Amino acid sequence: MMNFIFGKLTLDALPHAWFTIGGTATITLGGIATALLLTKYKKWKWLWEKWLTSTDPKKIGIMYIIVASLMLFRGALDALMIWTQQAMSTGSSHGYLSPAHFQQIFTAHGDIMVFFVTMGFLFGLINFIVPLQIGARDLAFPFLNTLGFWLYVAGVVLINMFFVFGGDFAAAGWLSIAPLSELQFSPGIGVDYWIWSLQISGIGSLIGGINFIATIIKMRAPGMSLFKMPLFTWTSLCSMVLVVSVFPILAVTIALLNLDRFFGMHFFTSTAGGNPMMYTNLIWTWGHPEVYILILPGFGIFSEVVSTFSQKKLFSYSSQVAAAIGVTLLSMVVWMHHFFTMGAGADVNAFFGIMTMFIAVPTGVLVFNWLATMFRGKIVYSTPILWFLGFVATFTFGGMAGVLMSVPPADFQVHNSLFLVAHFHTMIIGGALFGIFAGLTYWFPKFTGFKLDEKLGIYSFWFWLIGFFVSFIPLYILGFMGATRRLDHYSSSTGWQPLFITSLIGFCIIAIGAGIQVLQVIVSIKNRKQNLDTTGDPWNGRTLEWATKSPPSFYNFAIIPEVKDRDAFWDIKQGSRVKDQGLMEKYEDIEMPKNTAMGIYVAGFLFVFGFAMVWHIIWLAIITLIGTIVCFIIRAFDDESEYVLPASEVAKIEEGRIHG
Amino acid sequence: MDKHEFNNEKTQFGFWVYLMTDLLMFAALFATFAVLRKNTFGGPSGRDLFNLQFALTETLILLTSSFTCGLGIIFAQKKKVKQTVIFFGITFLLGISFLGMEIYEFSHLITDGNSPQRSAFLSSFFTLVGTHGLHITSGLLWMIILFIQIFRKGLTDSNLRKLTLLSIFWHFLDIVWIFIFTIVYLMGAVL
Ligand code: HEM
Ligand SMILES: [Cu+2]
Repeated sequence: MMNFIFGKLTLDALPHAWFTIGGTATITLGGIATALLLTKYKKWKWLWEKWLTSTDPKKIGIMYIIVASLMLFRGALDALMIWTQQAMSTGSSHGYLSPAHFQQIFTAHGDIMVFFVTMGFLFGLINFIVPLQIGARDLAFPFLNTLGFWLYVAGVVLINMFFVFGGDFAAAGWLSIAPLSELQFSPGIGVDYWIWSLQISGIGSLIGGINFIATIIKMRAPGMSLFKMPLFTWTSLCSMVLVVSVFPILAVTIALLNLDRFFGMHFFTSTAGGNPMMYTNLIWTWGHPEVYILILPGFGIFSEVVSTFSQKKLFSYSSQVAAAIGVTLLSMVVWMHHFFTMGAGADVNAFFGIMTMFIAVPTGVLVFNWLATMFRGKIVYSTPILWFLGFVATFTFGGMAGVLMSVPPADFQVHNSLFLVAHFHTMIIGGALFGIFAGLTYWFPKFTGFKLDEKLGIYSFWFWLIGFFVSFIPLYILGFMGATRRLDHYSSSTGWQPLFITSLIGFCIIAIGAGIQVLQVIVSIKNRKQNLDTTGDPWNGRTLEWATKSPPSFYNFAIIPEVKDRDAFWDIKQGSRVKDQGLMEKYEDIEMPKNTAMGIYVAGFLFVFGFAMVWHIIWLAIITLIGTIVCFIIRAFDDESEYVLPASEVAKIEEGRIHG
Repeated sequence: MDKHEFNNEKTQFGFWVYLMTDLLMFAALFATFAVLRKNTFGGPSGRDLFNLQFALTETLILLTSSFTCGLGIIFAQKKKVKQTVIFFGITFLLGISFLGMEIYEFSHLITDGNSPQRSAFLSSFFTLVGTHGLHITSGLLWMIILFIQIFRKGLTDSNLRKLTLLSIFWHFLDIVWIFIFTIVYLMGAVL
């Protein structure tokens, strides 16, 4: 009976180790504190109506960014634990973590950083900025947008659930490589949490990808042809094309692994004819494009930043677009470079090696274009451009490491070594994350109506950059010396400890940088009166998002702009169109989507469904699945998901008589 | 372009993108099947298990349902509610029979001891064909919902749009099935 009600869930699953107790305490205390604050300031209704149920992509974007920031600290804590262990654990000392626990930490670290930090930030930025850049009022499918966001949140919660129920996370690496992730070798529930967290949030990303493609293709302002789109929109489009091309493969791969584990099938098992190497292939056909999903929007951010702060048109717009498309296409035919050592044979390795090297060409084109844009520009050295310059240094470095590993014989030496770890951190931190920071600083006034504190921004940049090199150059060296990744202990005769300690020091420098960023946000909010952005165009911008006020009204544009030039807003500013526009044209009625809580309900049901599947609580899984379907049916019968904002109302908001 | 037309276009475009993602999902499942189809682990192979006539009947049923679905859409565009409902009704019945046959086949296999746990080949077979079956199920569910909506409000713009999407979905499943029939059943019986 207990078995029926609770599945595999027993009292033993409740927290008893220091880290699960700590995690559970943090989660519950944090939850209680938030709830108390909300009650004290009577903000529940406000939170629910203005934020959680909102279909406004700007609000959803901000919520993505907030969750991703929280997860950044969660993931950084994991990093600190990994690094400390490695700095300590040599010779007779075995550090403070058991090998089993260590494995769970690096697994969680990778998943959280990729799926919930980088992806979260990117979806946040794209949500907020892309509709503005293309002169749209909304996304193509507002409901799917909240749904996608809440699925992401469900994934975030599920990946942290093991603190409270279970105590063990997956320990098979961030991609849960088979057959290690099969029941035979990972009998616990950790891998099941991994499966459902990524499955649910992955479907959220897939829905988001479809939505953004439809938005960018179908909702552009009149006159904005594809080749007049800003580069951030372009690279987001490329990234989303990759999302819809490869996330289905991830969904299938995870589902098959689940079939193996839950129903005892044999896709990737080492028995009964299963083929573990197929898992490696499938996961990397998704995995390599995924890393370009992470970096492409960053490329676009840098294009915007470089052009704005050099006060110049982008150098060779068409070749940048071509390069972005080239990267997109090439990234789909290189996945094998992640397992040259698996034994596919020399011909196959050679093909994928050469394809991988080709990727350096379009990437190089982009870098040279950015530099050429700066050349003879009137450069304003504010924080976003510093992030760009830092990025050029790190990205070139990491790219060369990548090209080195794309030579199969060379890769045999450094595969799965710390050299590889250093490579991809250079690309993801120095590339994607620096891009995100540049974007967050650049668009912050658009989000909030005031700029971020410039001085603290510059400090934090230097801490990040220096800390980055201090912590990752040792890893490159260690990799060459033969240190493999994921070591929880090494012999003292290797003499590696000083390098590991240096690396830990680097981490601490980065942590100071991140601390300064938190301070920066707090200080900027406190001193917002001094940094107010009253014009909506604080940087003398070139693209349409700067044509709105900061923060924009919920409908973005009272009058949809006519686009005549690539730098649409620059063009408007040059002419006199901005002035007579309001007089010449009258406001019109605007149709906007209503708020809906259905996304929350569906995600809630799927979250419980995932939890029930992890613990084999069959009745609960069935009920929640039915609940999900019923939600969709109710939604299907709702024909009134939009409302009309009358022109007179728009006029009032625009003239500042009531608050938008 | 008026608002209604724009909504149509936007939704159809989004739906096509979705279908492409679904197609990729099937592609991944086909690839798995192709890799694992010889891995019978001493158990039965496709040649031992598949009944071509049975599968051919399923195929004909599904093809016919696609045809009636197409007729249904033609009538829907002419705003003829009665004929629309009749032809989609036939489509629905054919869909149900297809699903019934599939369930019959699956349960037969399982009771004979050839369950998906038996071998990697059977795992991939059940998963590929079963995923198609799940799609058919959701198509049928969708059809029921649309029937109710049409009974309530008639062939409004929004109902017509949904009906069109449903028909695209149905044809899509038909095409996927043809691949299943060819690759799983025909090639399984011959090669
Ligand atoms: C010039 C471009 C690039 C080249 C030539 C390149 C090449 C490679 C190669 C050959 C490997 C496999 C090495 C091995 O496992 O032995 C690899 C791993 C990896 N790369 Fe790159 N890369 C490039 C850009 C990027 C970018 C832009 C990112 C991310 C934003 C990235 C993220 C990764 C990750 C995450 C891994 C390894 C993941 C793992 O094994 O867990 N790379 N890269
Ligand atoms: Cu790769």
